[in-house]
Amino acid sequence: MKAHLTRRYLFSASHRLHSAEMSPEENLATYGKCNNPHGHGHNYALEVTVSGQVDPSTGMVCNLVDLDQTVDREVLSRYNLENLNTLQEFAQTVPTTENLCIEIFEILQRTFPYAHLERVRMEETMMNSFEYQGGGDGTAQRRITS
Amino acid sequence: MVYLTRKAEFSASHYYHNPDFTPEENARLFGKCNNPNGHGHNYTLEVTVKGEVDPRSGFVVDLKQLKEVMHREVLDAMDHRFLNKEVPEFFTQIPTTENLAIAVWQRLQPKLKNASLHRVRIYETPDLFVDFYGEE
Repeated sequence: MKAHLTRRYLFSASHRLHSAEMSPEENLATYGKCNNPHGHGHNYALEVTVSGQVDPSTGMVCNLVDLDQTVDREVLSRYNLENLNTLQEFAQTVPTTENLCIEIFEILQRTFPYAHLERVRMEETMMNSFEYQGGGDGTAQRRITS
Repeated sequence: MVYLTRKAEFSASHYYHNPDFTPEENARLFGKCNNPNGHGHNYTLEVTVKGEVDPRSGFVVDLKQLKEVMHREVLDAMDHRFLNKEVPEFFTQIPTTENLAIAVWQRLQPKLKNASLHRVRIYETPDLFVDFYGEE
């Protein structure tokens, strides 16, 4: 029997949305307040969904301890209380939550071998959420939830 | 096709233990959840059914009937119970949230008359939930 398991994590980080390919005016028009050169922060909620057959001997899709340890080590310790723009992966890429979602999906796909990674979902605020399921052209599906 | 979700809450206790494993293996694998005296959760159950909207009633399903089935088949059996000792499915299976979602599906599915069961979601805590979409 296949089941999907979702675990929710919280972290906080700052960022500034600014594209080197755009003029200052275009940046301001595109990103508005998010273009403030000093940056700003969010409390992000991260939902990681994995799937697999429920192991009859444990009743589990995977051991939650393994998932928590991987997410702590590979994601939370990297991003929590950091300025995203200072990190190598966002040196050339704008740290929108779309791109953050894709980055986290790819990190977990490389580092979590114990179940199938179905989806990464992120809430930037209570009003915005983003989901990435991999396999596409690297474009996150943006869903405005209000 | 329209999807309708009904939510319910129940509280129950459980512990994780596999009699085929040694005490040490059980303790290592299940950690604090292996305490035989059990521990409890406030579970949130979300049952999603799907179907076409009936042109006469405007309903996918009669919510009152869905609520009654959920109460009779799930909440009456599991609310304020020790799952390992009082719910037959868990005399032989470990009452993880995965197995709980499967058990709830198996209880509801044969009892739903006009609606097609799409998903059973169970939150064990606000930061952990399991979805079951039927046998795959």
